[in-house]
Formats: sequence, structure tokens, C-alpha cells
Amino acid sequence: MTEEREFNSASFYQFLAEKKLMAARCRNCGVLYLPPHPICTKCHGPDMEWVESKGKGKLAAFTVIAVGPSFTLDEGYSRENPYLVGIVELDEGPKVSGRIHGIDPGKPEDIKVGTPLTIEFMEPEEGKKCYLTFNTL
Amino acid sequence: MSRRAPKLARGVALVGAGMSKFGAFADKTSRDLFVEAFNAMAKSVDKGMDTGDIEALYVGNFSSDLFEGQGHVAPIMADWVGLVPKPATRIEDACAASGVALREGIIAIASGLYDIVLVSGTEKMTNLPTERVTDTLAAASDAVYEASCGFTFPALYAAIATAYMAKYGATVEHFMKVGIKNHNNGALNPKAQFNKSIRDLMNARIEKAKQKGEPVPQWNDELDFLKDPKANPVVAWPMRLFDCSPITDGAACLLLVAEDMAKSFSNNPLYIVGTGQGSDHALHEREDLTTIGAARTAARTAFEMAGVIPDDIQIAEVHDCFTIAELVATEDIGFFKPGEGYKAAEEGITARNGAKPINTSGGLKSKGHPVGASGAGQVVEIWAQMRGEAGPRQVPGKDIRLALTHNVGATGGTCTVHIFQRR
Repeated sequence: MTEEREFNSASFYQFLAEKKLMAARCRNCGVLYLPPHPICTKCHGPDMEWVESKGKGKLAAFTVIAVGPSFTLDEGYSRENPYLVGIVELDEGPKVSGRIHGIDPGKPEDIKVGTPLTIEFMEPEEGKKCYLTFNTL
Repeated sequence: MSRRAPKLARGVALVGAGMSKFGAFADKTSRDLFVEAFNAMAKSVDKGMDTGDIEALYVGNFSSDLFEGQGHVAPIMADWVGLVPKPATRIEDACAASGVALREGIIAIASGLYDIVLVSGTEKMTNLPTERVTDTLAAASDAVYEASCGFTFPALYAAIATAYMAKYGATVEHFMKVGIKNHNNGALNPKAQFNKSIRDLMNARIEKAKQKGEPVPQWNDELDFLKDPKANPVVAWPMRLFDCSPITDGAACLLLVAEDMAKSFSNNPLYIVGTGQGSDHALHEREDLTTIGAARTAARTAFEMAGVIPDDIQIAEVHDCFTIAELVATEDIGFFKPGEGYKAAEEGITARNGAKPINTSGGLKSKGHPVGASGAGQVVEIWAQMRGEAGPRQVPGKDIRLALTHNVGATGGTCTVHIFQRR
């Protein structure tokens, strides 16, 4: 069933809070966008539909962040307690930025590009934003 | 639709270039730095200039709004050097702000609207604590889909670095060697924020430890020093402190005139024979994470306009906001094949006495990176090198006729490339 929601970030994050990773697909040329785009940047067609991603993919690039933005300090991260973010290439094709769990940020030399990952949905909390998170299989 | 070959409707020349000292200056605002750069620029015009003849100002600035609580900077800069009521325009394209300001100045003259234009960049970053600077710089990424999960500006380049390492076999040592090279150049640049080589910095630490009677660190060479997490902590692995450009205050000014007027200002003007600009997706949406499409587009356009090829360029200032960025830049411009940049750097080809000197100023790494001023600052180095005025860091044994600047906004959403000729 096709969802009738606007192709914007509010819808994307609403879906995420509902534990669905949703992509926008161009009905004209079939290109898949995740994050969703309202207009196909390949054929410039405006006719998009929502499709659910399986949320499986592999690590394409990563970094362990020792000096984070203010909100990660509030989350308890620091130079002594760094966190891992990465770019994940989904099996369906698109790449997305996300937080990576299940891999030791203390040993970045051992982290391998290509590591298989699966989406891990955050529990929505009052006053806290959901963002994309992945974990090892 | 076929693409028209890029060309300017009339030629544009650079007849003056100057910069403030780059560094951390608690008592200076961006307008003070701008005036300092303006005065240095005016002094560099061989036959002198009259401020009243300047017809317009284009000033690059990323975020005075957040850095110093000052929006709408262009008319203030214009006022402080006596340009009011001339049109003054601010351009914000993250760290490419003044590269784009330069291009807009060129386009304005080429169009015939103006004959004499002042181009500048200014940024005052050191008022804020590091975490607030981190937040502000992260605003140049995609706030909705990149920064939201915790990506920072260094982290995005660190991600490029891990993709580059995985694809081409580069190691952290290759990145460190770029930093060592650029600090060696910056040590010869009196206006650089870090006017010291890595070896100087290392020896200073050893001296300090000895004086304080603390255990003396056992570093055999610069690489030893850079691998020590106490001396060179990780910011976003594999980017450590000495892989990152510093937080900097600074400004730079350039005077552009219509080509046919150049000789009435300068004995030795530089002609801008190529200008290119491109855009790119957020990092995660790029097909290849080891290259910046905007840079390829900008370089291709500039080379096509100039009618030259990468091999013809004798020196270049490229956007080394991080050490990995310099390697990617030298490949995107076409100096080296994809995946060959780190090998060329290791072989010394990009050193000041190498075949293709890159960042003789010290680069953003050592000279400093006042983000909105960096693109114009690069041109100040090219101006000095091409006119043989770079003093102890003058590139040896080269009559420099063609040089290039490459200025990137954030992780490559924007890039400008300019090619300069001395006739």
C-alpha cells in the first residue's frame, strides 16, 4: 500500500519513529531516493512513491568521533568515550549517513569498510530526535 | 541541449593582493582583519590605486552571524575602507565563500558592468569555544541528514579518508606526511598561523619537558611525534589534530580590473584565464566517496576556458582543510590519477622543491583556515609566487607562468577553481 505522506524530512523521521525505513521511488524512471527526494533528480519527474527499505547494507565509510558537536556531549560522549558514525550503502542502492552501534569505537584500525549492517530503530523518546542507527548483523 | 564552451566576454586581471596575518587575535573583529588585508592589498598595487575608483565589493564570509554575532557584514566592510555607497555583496558558500566571491567579481567585470572590483574574504572564528565552532562548521553540512546523527566537519573528511584508504591502500602515515610538508612551507611564511615546522613543534615540546623536569618524550622523528596520541590526539579517526586545519581569524583582499587597464595599475599583473565552479550532493549521496564532483566540474570548466591542461600548471594552492583533502584535490584537479595522489605526495612531487609544488604558503593546514577568507588567501600566495616575491619560500628554479587555486566549500557541495597567467 502506498503511503500518502509528503516527500520531506518530517515524513522520513515520522516513519523512522514508527520503525520503518522509507525511501522515495520515482514512478517514471524507478530511481530510489533515501533520504527521500520530492523530485527525481535523474529524470526531473515529480511523481514519487514511498517504498520500504529492508535496512540491510554494508559500511562504505566511517569515523570515530572524539570531538563531537554539543548535542553528543549531552548524550555523554567525549574524547574518552567516542562514538562511531558512518555511511552505509543499502542493498537497494542508496547510501545514508548514520550512527553505528555494535562495533568497538576504541579500535578504529580494526573496523572494516564492507562490514554488513542492519538498521536498528531507536525507541522514540519525548524531546529526543530519532536519527538513523545501524548495528552489526 | 549542447553545452557552450565557457568563456569570459572580456578579460580580467589581478593587480593587487594582500592578507592580514592569520591566527587567533582576541582583540580583533572581522572588520579589523579586513582593513589589515585591504591595506596590504593597496600596498601591493605597483602603481598605486585610488579607493574611490573601486566600483563594487564582493566579500566572502561563512558565518560572522554565529562566530561573532554579526550578520550583514558586506556594508560594514565597505564602510570601514571608505567604499559606501558602492554596492557591497556578501557571499556565503561555506569555506568556498571567497573563491565564489572572486568568481562573482570576475563575472561582474567580464560582463562590462564594472571595471574595478574589490574581492575579499573575512572570518573571525576564535571568539567561540571549540565545541561551538564544531557546531557552526557542522552547519555547512546537511543539517537534516548528516549532522543530525552526529557527523561533524572533520568527521565527514575522516569518512572520505577511510573510503580512500579502503579503495587505494593509503595509510595514516600518508596523511601525516601531507601535514609535515605543509608545516615545512608554513614555517617560511610570516603570515601563517603556525609559522613552525612539525619538527620545530616537536623539539619545543621536548625542550619544555626538559625545562620542567618532566619525563622527556622519546620521539625519533616527526612521524613518531604525530603517532603519539598525547602529542597528536584523534579528532575524528583517522584525522588527528595535526591532520586538521586550525581555527583561525583572518582576511584577504584582491583587486580585479578589466584586462585593458591592468598595466595602468601593475608592472606585473596576473591574468585570470580560467574560472570554474561546481556543486555536489551531500557526501552520502555520491557514487564515489573518494572524489569531489564539484571540484572535477570546476577544474574541467577552468581548464577548458584557459585552453590548458593540468600538466601545464606549475604551482597550485589547494583546499587542504584536512590532510586527506589535499590528496583528493590533487586527483580531482587532474594532477594525478585517482588513487595516485598519496603516492605522489610521498615521493615529494608536491613539496616546494618538487615537480608540482602544492600549498607553498603552508596551506590551510599551517597558514590557517579562516573559512570565508581562505579562497582569497590562496590567491595572495599565487600572486607572490608568480611575481617572484615569496621570499624564503619562493619556489626554486621555476619561471611561473601558470598557477591554479582550488577552494572547496564544506565537503565539496561547492568548489571553485581559478587559473592565473603571467604574460
